[in-house]
Amino acid sequence: MAFFEVKDLSIQFGGLKALDGISFELEKGEVYAIIGPNGAGKTTLFNCINGIYQPRAGQIMFKDKNIRGKKPDKVAKAGIARTFQNIELFNNMNTMENIMLGRHLYMKTGLFRGAFLWGKNSFAGKEEVAHRKKVEEIIDFLDLQAARNKLVGGLPYGTQKQIELGRALALEPELLLLDEPCAGMNAEEKQDMIFWVKDIQDELGITILLIEHDMNMVMDISDRILALNFGRPITEGKPEDVQKHPEVLKAYLGEDEGECAA
Amino acid sequence: MDMKRDYYEDVQVFTSKVIVFWLGVLILALAIFPFVAKNYYVYVANYMAINVIVVVGLNLLVGYTGQISMGHAGFFAIGAYGTITLMTQAHFPFLLALPCAGLVAALFGFLLGLPALRLEGPYLAIATLGFGITTTQIIGKIKIFGERQGLHAPDLTIGPWHIQTDKDFYFVLIPITILLVLLARNIVKTKVGRAFISIRDADIAAETMGVNLTFYKTLAFAVSAFYAGVGGGLYAFVLRFIEPELFNMFMSIMFLTMAVVGGLGSMMGPVGGACLLGLLDLQLRNILEIPYFGQWIKALSESYFTMTGVSNIQLIVFGLILILIMLFEPLGIFGIWIRTKKYWKMWPF
Ligand SMILES: Nc1ncnc2c1ncn2[C@@H]1O[C@H](COP(=O)(O)OP(=O)(O)OP(=O)(O)O)[C@@H](O)[C@H]1O
Ligand SMILES: [Mg+2]
Repeated sequence: MAFFEVKDLSIQFGGLKALDGISFELEKGEVYAIIGPNGAGKTTLFNCINGIYQPRAGQIMFKDKNIRGKKPDKVAKAGIARTFQNIELFNNMNTMENIMLGRHLYMKTGLFRGAFLWGKNSFAGKEEVAHRKKVEEIIDFLDLQAARNKLVGGLPYGTQKQIELGRALALEPELLLLDEPCAGMNAEEKQDMIFWVKDIQDELGITILLIEHDMNMVMDISDRILALNFGRPITEGKPEDVQKHPEVLKAYLGEDEGECAA
Repeated sequence: MDMKRDYYEDVQVFTSKVIVFWLGVLILALAIFPFVAKNYYVYVANYMAINVIVVVGLNLLVGYTGQISMGHAGFFAIGAYGTITLMTQAHFPFLLALPCAGLVAALFGFLLGLPALRLEGPYLAIATLGFGITTTQIIGKIKIFGERQGLHAPDLTIGPWHIQTDKDFYFVLIPITILLVLLARNIVKTKVGRAFISIRDADIAAETMGVNLTFYKTLAFAVSAFYAGVGGGLYAFVLRFIEPELFNMFMSIMFLTMAVVGGLGSMMGPVGGACLLGLLDLQLRNILEIPYFGQWIKALSESYFTMTGVSNIQLIVFGLILILIMLFEPLGIFGIWIRTKKYWKMWPF
């Protein structure tokens, strides 16, 4: 059995078939990219995996269990975390607290033990300290010290994307979904992001499902690529093969050359 | 990385010696107050403390979780009637009856939270408004609650201590108020509070990070209702007599106004809002006694607003304040406080 598998996934919005019979498998530890022009259905696929959308048909198997139809918080519990194309941070919390939310599933302090946070040695106090240490490691890893105590709403776009990545990592997922992690970043930030994604794969051993328009990044870090168009698969394979596929050139590279070169 | 960083600093209540000092001063002042103030002002302080309890709880729901409630007078009534009934019918001691009535209110809060899961914005406002009105209507028809005649609060004793005057009750009420505010503050700083805020700021992201929306939204309703219930139970002993008409829709809106004026989503803002508007509410009730001006207000109220007029001037003022705050200072008193602090830090440059 594959580590993660999508079988014949389909979803429709009104008359629009946003996804139409998508199937693919992930091996543990690989970086698998999904490419396709705007509106191809990439984000919709993530939303189906996460349980935000309910697919009409198909299966989503994660470690031999069908997670299709599960609620988002149950999917998170199963070990899948994600970042969003349009940043979805908690704007009125600081960086530390945003990433702390990623520890939600690991913390046991409830209403009562939380209310009785009297001092360092209370249950809640100890737990807060332990998890903040953990989050501090993530903050160091992603170079976010300068933003640590700032409200995230006012931070630069690139920094916000990093914080989202940090929050997803705090969940200690086995599978990480990244929806255009480099969108809107400058060249330097992109380089950093590529570096981190590789580190996450190599050192943390997390399997990554990646959506990205930046072809340089995709070619650089993915082990395999699936190309979509109009909710249907065009081709799947190694980066160099997918890049040469005539339909990919036509549907994707041909149209968006400017964007890809960027 | 600073190896000696103390992570507890991030969550501790007293972040500096200065705060501990001022808190000490505040507690001292609160302790001396009833001995130097006129009895009426002790009553006013009690009234303000009740509002603080309810508004801090309401703020957990509205300010932190981002859900609205226009029916908190309902929970307030449940707490008031619950406390009295548990004491007179079941012979519970006051300090047991009060949290039990709070828990009953919390149960109703939980139940109201269930349909609220599917409602947003104005629909939730209407649903909670309906709840508040229905609750007092039903209470007014039940025999053990005295129907429309209302209920008298029983004699209040805690152990050997017989509580008779406003001053006596002040010393029961103020410690409870401080305790409840501190508990709310701790809740907000720990896991549950973070989950609340995450739902308010980005509910879908919260869910994909493992926050169970159903659980935390209903929990927010329940906790908030608990605070309103406890506030109601205490209010019964401030007034010593309760009747269904007290807990009307305007009371719910007044609580909401206090939270908004104080500044949603901060802890001390709503405390300030509750004190300030609580005071204003009582003062405005006396406005008719002011020579000339009182007569003029009365005439104005009678000809333009309502026929029974007179008593509703505070509602008009509250409505006006709410509109002005929304327009000019959405962060409320808390926002003004932050700006003043910044200003003084910069001063004199
Ligand atoms: N909730 C929804 N309701 C209706 N239509 C939707 C919904 N979500 C997505 N769609 C439609 O489904 C199609 C696929 O959208 P999707 O966001 O998955 O594209 P994408 O591949 O992520 O594109 P982009 O590269 O621009 O992010 C689009 O035509 C979009 O309008
Ligand atoms: Mg997309």
